[in-house]
Amino acid sequence: MSKRGRRKAYYARKVKTAIHMLFFRRHRKPGVKGWELRRTLGSDYPKVLSVLDNYLKALDLQVKTVFEVEKPAEKPTPEQLDKARFYITLRGELTPKTKMIGWRIDDLAGLAITISYILSKRGKASRKEVEELLRDKLSGWRVGINIDRYIRYGYLTQDENEQLYLDWRTRAEVDQKALIDLLLGVET
Amino acid sequence: MRSKGQRKKLGREKLQRVTDMCRSVEERSIDPFLIDVDEVIKVIREYFSEWELPEDLCLDAETIHHIASVIRLQGDWVKHRSTSLYTDPFLLEDKVTRTGKQEILETFLKAWHPIVEMEQLSLHSLAEAIKYWKSLLPLSERWKEILPAETEAGRATREELIRQRILLDKTFSEELENFWDELKREVKENGENRRIRYWDFIGADTYEETVHRAFMTSFLVTYGYATLQIYPLEEENFIKPYKKQVTKIGKRQLVSIPIAVTAEEWTRWKKGELT
Repeated sequence: MSKRGRRKAYYARKVKTAIHMLFFRRHRKPGVKGWELRRTLGSDYPKVLSVLDNYLKALDLQVKTVFEVEKPAEKPTPEQLDKARFYITLRGELTPKTKMIGWRIDDLAGLAITISYILSKRGKASRKEVEELLRDKLSGWRVGINIDRYIRYGYLTQDENEQLYLDWRTRAEVDQKALIDLLLGVET
Repeated sequence: MRSKGQRKKLGREKLQRVTDMCRSVEERSIDPFLIDVDEVIKVIREYFSEWELPEDLCLDAETIHHIASVIRLQGDWVKHRSTSLYTDPFLLEDKVTRTGKQEILETFLKAWHPIVEMEQLSLHSLAEAIKYWKSLLPLSERWKEILPAETEAGRATREELIRQRILLDKTFSEELENFWDELKREVKENGENRRIRYWDFIGADTYEETVHRAFMTSFLVTYGYATLQIYPLEEENFIKPYKKQVTKIGKRQLVSIPIAVTAEEWTRWKKGELT
């Protein structure tokens, strides 16, 4: 086998392992930490993920990297990548015509409003304010249940002072800048 | 003209007002620029020479501390406004309330890229599960092995615990503090990042001794001599001693963390299979 052929086979094998790790849940939360990938795939795991990401393009999926703190402005260091969490997410967008993966339209709209509002408040808003905002368009009894559900799913988190923050799932799934830009662009 | 006493009283009131104002900015996340820092510093400076009593000096220090927090918040505010994520909250709130549910949903769907996960059994995992099932003893046999002879539950006195060597014959607080010193020593000698792996600390030559050490460790944590650091994803637990006993944990809710210290776990630790 030529050198190129051997290299191709090497990455094909690694990509297969990466798919197994990323698609099937290993822990309570989905996704895999960088150091886990490094341990299994070797130190060139960012390259393996890049090959996988390229491959997933045709399926409208992508490898999403969520850094521990903020996305670094420059190329991430190996340490930052080790601490980051990797997921497979949809690359494009869901359309209302496709199934909304088990969500009711009201509940999803409520989530959209909650996330946008918290973003506009610099990442922190009181639960009471969010409830008032949601009560405008959702029936009262659903509001509390919905917020608890968003917390349970990992979209939001709440501290002991009933302040709501965005949690890991929002960071993994929602393009926050795009959401705000799109909302501001909506003609009312 | 005001007397010295009256002036001090007025100064205290002013500092108290500033502290309250800063606290409300910190807690309610309102615009930190509502506080005129220059003006407040002028007030602090004006009265500083008057303070003689420790309480007054403490109030002065507390005010400076709160002002420093407000300045930090002002810095964060400016930083956030300069990022591309900044949007006028009123503008966005107005948009959110005036936009229809369907439109908001359609907008959100454009920015939402849900995580993709699969739940599927493989032939390999089924085969593994069957293999495990075959090697698993029936409950009746397993219980026979594990269950100790039936004894009636009752209360044990401290003397009985001492006789059974579960407790030592010294005052409990003395024993606990000695144990705390041992933890600090172990961390210094064998720990990393001022902490030590839970099992490396509680593990002992015999299972009985290990249980005793786990029992004492639970008191170290409860009484604020040490804290537990749990990493469920990595399945790693650490114990970290405090330098001084922490008697107040603030407003954080206390939680109970059950950690199994079974004979099997102890055997695994002895073999070096447990972290």
